[in-house]
Amino acid sequence: MDIFLQLLVSGVATGGVYALIALGFVLIYKATHIINFATGEFMMIGAYLCYTFLALSGIPIIPTFILVMLCAAVLGFLVERTILRHMLGQPVISIIMVTIGLSSILVGLTEIIWSSQFESFPPLFPRAPLDLGFVLVRSTLAYGFAISMAAVAVFALIFKYAKAGVAMRATAGDQMAAFSMGINVKTMFTFAWALGAIAAALGGVIVGNIGGISPVLGAVGLKIFPVVILGGLDSIGGAVVGGFIIGVLENLAGGYLDPHFGGGVKEVAPFVIMVLILLVKPHGLFGKEDIERL
Amino acid sequence: MRIGDFKETYAADEAVFRTGTVRLWLGLLGLALAVFPFVAGEYLIYMANITGVAVVGAVGLNVLTGFTGQISLGHAAFMGVGAYTSAILTTRLGLPFLLTLPLSGVVAALCGLIVGAPSMRMKGLYLCIATLAAQVILDFTFVHWESMTHGIRGINLPPPSIFGLSLAGGQAFYFVIVTLAALAVTACRNIFRTRVGRAFIAIRDRDISAELMGINLFRYKLYAFGVSSFLAGMAGCLLANLLKVVTPEHFPLQLSIQYLAMIIVGGLGSILGSIFGAIFMTVVPEILRSSLGLLQGLDPQIMRYLFPLQTVIFGLLIVVFLVFEPHGLAEMWRRLKAYFRLWPFEY
Amino acid sequence: MTLLAVDNLTLAFGGLNVLSQVSFTVEPGQIFAIIGPNGAGKTSILNCIGGFYRAQQGRIFFDDQDITNISPDRRAAMGLARTFQNIALFRGMTVLDNIKLGRHAHLKTGLLSSLLYWGAAQREEMELRREVEESIIDFLEIEHIRNQPVASLAYGLQKRVELARALAMRPKVLLMDEPVAGMNAEETEDMARFILDIKEERDVTIVMIEHDMNMIMDISDQVVVVNFGQKIAEGNPRQVQSHPEVVKAYLGEKRER
Repeated sequence: MDIFLQLLVSGVATGGVYALIALGFVLIYKATHIINFATGEFMMIGAYLCYTFLALSGIPIIPTFILVMLCAAVLGFLVERTILRHMLGQPVISIIMVTIGLSSILVGLTEIIWSSQFESFPPLFPRAPLDLGFVLVRSTLAYGFAISMAAVAVFALIFKYAKAGVAMRATAGDQMAAFSMGINVKTMFTFAWALGAIAAALGGVIVGNIGGISPVLGAVGLKIFPVVILGGLDSIGGAVVGGFIIGVLENLAGGYLDPHFGGGVKEVAPFVIMVLILLVKPHGLFGKEDIERL
Repeated sequence: MRIGDFKETYAADEAVFRTGTVRLWLGLLGLALAVFPFVAGEYLIYMANITGVAVVGAVGLNVLTGFTGQISLGHAAFMGVGAYTSAILTTRLGLPFLLTLPLSGVVAALCGLIVGAPSMRMKGLYLCIATLAAQVILDFTFVHWESMTHGIRGINLPPPSIFGLSLAGGQAFYFVIVTLAALAVTACRNIFRTRVGRAFIAIRDRDISAELMGINLFRYKLYAFGVSSFLAGMAGCLLANLLKVVTPEHFPLQLSIQYLAMIIVGGLGSILGSIFGAIFMTVVPEILRSSLGLLQGLDPQIMRYLFPLQTVIFGLLIVVFLVFEPHGLAEMWRRLKAYFRLWPFEY
Repeated sequence: MTLLAVDNLTLAFGGLNVLSQVSFTVEPGQIFAIIGPNGAGKTSILNCIGGFYRAQQGRIFFDDQDITNISPDRRAAMGLARTFQNIALFRGMTVLDNIKLGRHAHLKTGLLSSLLYWGAAQREEMELRREVEESIIDFLEIEHIRNQPVASLAYGLQKRVELARALAMRPKVLLMDEPVAGMNAEETEDMARFILDIKEERDVTIVMIEHDMNMIMDISDQVVVVNFGQKIAEGNPRQVQSHPEVVKAYLGEKRER
């Protein structure tokens, strides 16, 4: 029972982090209908930037966070302006492949700039694990969870109430209609990419702080696909719920099944869960089926 | 300049190679391919063999993704299934190469059908992610089904032979690979001369109206998955017998992406493009490697950048082609031909 | 004898009622027009007949069979062909391939014989080519564009290619969604002539949605009028034209004083 609770709690914490990263994906998808396969690489860049400012330049933690978010926004902006802007109206496969190509470029550049050494962050938070009474949670995970949830809340509020957020939602609903209502759709696309990149970069910082950083950190990004598919690609609430489901189930599966398979279950479990759920609900748990027209 | 290309029968108009000139060039190409292993060194033959395997795999992926519009991120895993099938059948049951080759295709095709089955209810991105799941799950299986796959240590294969004739050397195996690649290309080209190929393209272009035109979407999507993974399995079997070893590391997600890159660079929905793409994506990294090798004298550290630089260039190629030449090398080839057809009287 | 019967069709998306209890019958050899204001549910009727939408209630009979639960591809094979309001050609194919595709359900080549393209598969393709050339391409006068990709064609020609593809399906009933929308007078006249020829020479029954009242009055045998998802009138063109409900739907209600 103790083990179960331990796995459950750390699963929830991991799920919170997944939710933040998935949000980075959903924000972009919702506004632009682009599947960003480079979300993991945005994370990785965020983590490396944080490492550079914090460990190599000795900048204090709060300014570092602000700098990371600024840089991520610039990255998202540049990516949208230089690449995705040219892909408007292209078939899905081209858009997917362009983001895959982008992720390859980002991985290569990261290795050239930072080398492919494994690095770890200087301690950001008190080392003592958080005692919930019935279980202990690693401090990096606990703080990571708290920051993720705060960030998710902020993003959700922006999307729901801020003027730009409302415009983004309008764009998501109907691009042409939004355009004719005087919303600058292209600006919205850029805005969405910047926001999505910030969310992913923050997620990367948290993941890097938990497990260290290397150019393969982006591989965690693959796990957001089960998360967002379960939650429905365009639902912020769904991303959060999907994050928790995947976080908890993969942790339980890893904890109980790893001894039988010799490890690695955590990496594959999200996909198995996703396939099982998709077989029952082909549009995920919250996604809605489009009414197709002729 | 070629003019006066008139056809008197519909059969002549429907032929793939429509003029004597084209057939002559094709004959010359065949001759060059036949002579090549006798004049080329071991390294070039090895490169040709790797390229040949890539052609088989890329044509297969193009049928599914380029022609039928179903994006697959699991192509490498299907190649893995073929490779493991051939390795296991060879080492456990001692089956000859000529049997393991088609069997690898069949087993991979069965896996492909299972992965394609959800296409009845899912499409587009959802299906794409389902193929990603197949890649991840099969990858896990290769590593962890120790009793069958020997985990990360992999399986070593004995040199293949056909009717007692050993194919141990690259030269002998070259002929197997080239023949098979030619067969695969011809068969796939043939598909698109019949109703089956037209149905594939119709599904890609507009699946709803395809169904209203009398096409059973599910059946034809499964066909596409079947053909594609069958060829992937055979390519995997060829690769296993070429390298004489199979490990999970040979079939990562990265390889699936590389095959997608081949058909994008070569030309989505073009058989010829699959060949161009396979050659291009195999040869360019080699050129890059050797040119960086030349620079090594200037700065011994430079090889450290080789791998990341390859990654960057790989990504750039995908992006640049998609943005500037979405129809790939095949389209550039077509323009080149159109230019020379009228040359020197362009106007 | 009735060829096509729509009985009590009711369709809703979520809470939105698109069609309610629409019924009509089409006799063989008719040109049957469905008219009504935009958004009245006309295209939805065709979509239900073609099988793209599943109605919540009601049945559809075609050729003495209940086809309500039959999949769209099998309905097409039975002889229901369709052209679309917003042209739905396959943009990656040439004109010729688009037309050949229409014959899909009547061809036999399977996957394995297509890989070989030998013997029967090849003969079938050659026979198809000859037939398509002689009975469709010649008829619709589109020889000059047969090898062009459809995406490069002018609008009017695309509409004609779509008709050609539908004819290749060997239809018993041809469902046409606004065949002359967006065409100029000359193109409209051509299309009307083709429609009449198809009806007379090929024994094809035509069900058509159209806004061009002149054409409706000229060529159709029977007209139903729908508004807000309900059938409000039916009859021959003359009867319908003077029907009070129709006048009301098109011109608005006279204000009560």
